[in-house]
Amino acid sequence: MNLSRGTRIALRVAMIVGLAIIYVPLFVVLINSFNADRTFGWPPAGFTGEWWSRAWQNGGVRSALWTSVKAGLGATAIACVLGTMAAFAVQRYRFFGRETVSLLVILPIALPGIVTGIALNNAFRTVLSPLGIQLGLFTVIVGHATFCIVTIYNNVLARLRRLGTNVEEASADLGADTFQTFRYVTFPLLRSALLAGGLLSFALSFDEIIVTTFTAGAGVQTLPIWIFDNLFRPNQAPIVNVVAAALIVLSVVPVYIAQRISGDTRAI
Amino acid sequence: MTSVTSPGGPVRRFAGLLHRRPSIRLAGLLSIPLLWLVVAYLGSLAALFVTAFWTTNEFTGDVVKVFDLGNFQDLVNESVYRTITLRSVGVAIAVTVIDSLVAFPMAFYMAKIASPRAQRWLVIAVLTPLWAGYLVKAYAWRVMFSGSGVLDWFLRPVGGHAPGYGLLATTITLAYLWLPYMILPIYAGLERLPNSLIDAAGDLGARSFRTFRTVVWPTVFPAAVAGSIFTFSLSLGDYIAVRIVGGRSQLIGNVVYDNVGTANNLPFAAAVATIPVAIMVIYLLAVRRTGALENL
Repeated sequence: MNLSRGTRIALRVAMIVGLAIIYVPLFVVLINSFNADRTFGWPPAGFTGEWWSRAWQNGGVRSALWTSVKAGLGATAIACVLGTMAAFAVQRYRFFGRETVSLLVILPIALPGIVTGIALNNAFRTVLSPLGIQLGLFTVIVGHATFCIVTIYNNVLARLRRLGTNVEEASADLGADTFQTFRYVTFPLLRSALLAGGLLSFALSFDEIIVTTFTAGAGVQTLPIWIFDNLFRPNQAPIVNVVAAALIVLSVVPVYIAQRISGDTRAI
Repeated sequence: MTSVTSPGGPVRRFAGLLHRRPSIRLAGLLSIPLLWLVVAYLGSLAALFVTAFWTTNEFTGDVVKVFDLGNFQDLVNESVYRTITLRSVGVAIAVTVIDSLVAFPMAFYMAKIASPRAQRWLVIAVLTPLWAGYLVKAYAWRVMFSGSGVLDWFLRPVGGHAPGYGLLATTITLAYLWLPYMILPIYAGLERLPNSLIDAAGDLGARSFRTFRTVVWPTVFPAAVAGSIFTFSLSLGDYIAVRIVGGRSQLIGNVVYDNVGTANNLPFAAAVATIPVAIMVIYLLAVRRTGALENL
């Protein structure tokens, strides 16, 4: 494409500066996790690995991590089922209110988290408490699943649109019933879309703090809640920093998986 | 492939019924998602907004279920809430504008100038921080803005100071948090725009600005609007980043949070929460006309 030399250079500089802005704060956290100074004076005067070993032995961090993983898996499982069902209905059928479904699915993520949070908190306390169910991990999973549906829905919808119905019709012509067609034909074709959507859904849930604050009971602490609770305690600062640094390093993993699934980052 | 059920078995008969009656299939597919989203989710939202018309007993703190417009009157009459609303909307708009301005050149470089190989890596480079998590990044900026932090160290030689925790720090942090949500849709939009169109505009004598306005803008606009749904709404409801880097500043989210938590006044919190919801619903309905929802 024909662009003037000046424009090209300007755009290149903008790209480099942009990437620098994105990465500098993250690298600062990584470096600070080895900073010997408890208050993170910059530039660091000395380095130590002490904070990492202390964080590793911290029981609060470990149990919070485990709670987050359970919540993420639970929410993703529910979202996979509900999102796929809704995507099938919207993509394969014509019905009254079809356009509204997309809006409905996106609403939980488009509305401010605090609104979803207090609405669910209010509903749980009025509906579930009389049944003897208290706020806990279960309510966290329900809350997370609500805003995770959209990731699965969008991925499966796009995949179904691309697939068309030819292979399913062929399968039916060859004598497979509805369930067999889904199990042997449609599902294998959807698998990578589900994985990509599921990965995003897990990440959303793993990272969420606002809805979690309002749906978690007193004893339930996910990793973001643990970080937020300890963020303002000066003597915990080095440990919080190590947890943050570890999460930055770990964020490479889902990107790698996503690359392997699709070979195309736009799938996520 | 072996048959899973014998022909004529109950499963197969049920499958046959589903096959003959699309309406039953559709009802089955829609039932649980709609129960969840309409009955449970919209139901909770509706219940919350009914609560907004109730009040609390000043002495016991119990909710009094009598219809009352007092909460909304307070919202309109007390200037502090007007100020906070305007401030929140202002921050959300500022974040969206900053993100569009930063995102466009980056997305343009990625889509139109970088080689296909570099393109792949740049997308990964922009995406990766998304997975690092909200709190981690807000925390990173808390470290950046801290009194003896990097920003201060960086600015001191030129006689500057880190701005410290406050509204500016909040805006910068929020803009940083949601930047990838703006870059990716614009990048995807620009990628769909054939290079030949831009060249053709140049061949026909259009200068860069005119090419931008007549060829690039119509493609970028819906994409940027799609991105703005995230940048705008996520900023509007935020109260965590403000607590982390905002010092004493208050946004709508903080007012809601404080009323649920410390003040234990759910009805008033619900009334305050209607503000961002109303703004967002109007925004989404307006946006739906531009076709941006399909760009997500």
